[in-house]
Amino acid sequence: MRLAYYPGCTMKTDAKNFDESTYSAAEALGIELLEPTRWNCCGTVHALAKDNVMNYLAPIRNLIRVEQMNEAELVDDKRVVTQCAMCYNTLKRANADAKADPDKMGKIRDFMEKEPNYQGSVNVVHMLELIKGLGWEEVKSKVVKPLDGLKVSPYYGCLLLRPREYGIDDPDHPTVMEDLFEALGAEVVDNPYKAKCCGAYHAVHLKEVAADLSYRILRQAQEAGADIIVTACPLCQFNLGDRQNEIKKHQREFEGIPVVYYTQLMALAFGKEGTGFEQNIPDPVPVLEEKGLL
Amino acid sequence: MSNGTSELYFTFRPENAALKAKIEELSGENIDLCFQCGACSSSCPLTSEMDLLPSTVIRYAQLGMEEVLESKTPWICITCFNCEIRCPRGIDIANVMEAIREMVLRTKYDKFTLDELTPEELRELPQIALISNQRKLTA
Repeated sequence: MRLAYYPGCTMKTDAKNFDESTYSAAEALGIELLEPTRWNCCGTVHALAKDNVMNYLAPIRNLIRVEQMNEAELVDDKRVVTQCAMCYNTLKRANADAKADPDKMGKIRDFMEKEPNYQGSVNVVHMLELIKGLGWEEVKSKVVKPLDGLKVSPYYGCLLLRPREYGIDDPDHPTVMEDLFEALGAEVVDNPYKAKCCGAYHAVHLKEVAADLSYRILRQAQEAGADIIVTACPLCQFNLGDRQNEIKKHQREFEGIPVVYYTQLMALAFGKEGTGFEQNIPDPVPVLEEKGLL
Repeated sequence: MSNGTSELYFTFRPENAALKAKIEELSGENIDLCFQCGACSSSCPLTSEMDLLPSTVIRYAQLGMEEVLESKTPWICITCFNCEIRCPRGIDIANVMEAIREMVLRTKYDKFTLDELTPEELRELPQIALISNQRKLTA
């Protein structure tokens, strides 16, 4: 299966480990991911003000690239696979809104007169939806190193699940990550804060507020006995992982807990190189070694 | 109502119609659907940082009160959409918050600029944080 893959900016810098492990996990599942030759910013946040058409240009331009890849027969269909939760949400919503509103689509086409018209034929999917579509038995059949004894706490965050009509799973009771980790042989630990906000971009100017929100999520996972927390978004990963030093300044008794991307655990269970664990903060290697997985 | 605050809370002044209409136009939401159940406020993870509860912002918006433009709440709202999936009246509250932010930003106001960060802070932050922050908080 050859599919278009839109990585997004942070996957090529602070979240290289997410990008690298995405390729490793996809390869094990027989999926070839191809990036458009010229992709640009997804827009990062969806324009919620009704008169804001400008913010649609970046996401729609990326979708035009996907239509071009399909026309050139570089990929099998008109799906584009995303990983970063913010890219997923922004591309998905811009696509849906532009398709539903001919006036908006017309303005977008007029503004980008040098581009081919966007036909509205692309389907934006998240990697987790794609994996679920393969079936958990198929995933299980690729496991060479089951994650035995590893207690995993999935963290979904906001934009994979909300708003409801654009989410990849039931926003109240998501199960896709739970099902995945069970297929990989891990023990899933539930966290009632798994879909609560990590603080997102408040990390920039309201550091303490973001740290406080993230701490609640981390503490709940620890109290449930988790060894490791799993994310699907570079900004969640930053707030929950990299910012643990900031959290420790306010929560003296907090000892830290490793946070990894879900594809890193997939690559590990599939016995692939390119897990990218060396980039994670805090270091997940000690707990994985302790469980005999590394 | 004998008390001034309560009177404010229940009386629509015709001169406030323009502000209310602008919020409805920008958000695309029919804010009169709100009957003040408070589900948005109880599901919001950030109310402890707000000066007005999300449901109070909606009430003030129904009344077209200028106080919504001065409130901290729309800037604290991080569009996590928890309120949206809970609202029994189907109001996309995050859209209303965005409309209020936009009305302020369009007066050439920046809530926060990256000049306020140290070079170390700038280096530490991933692009996804910086760009989403600036998209929401600058004109």
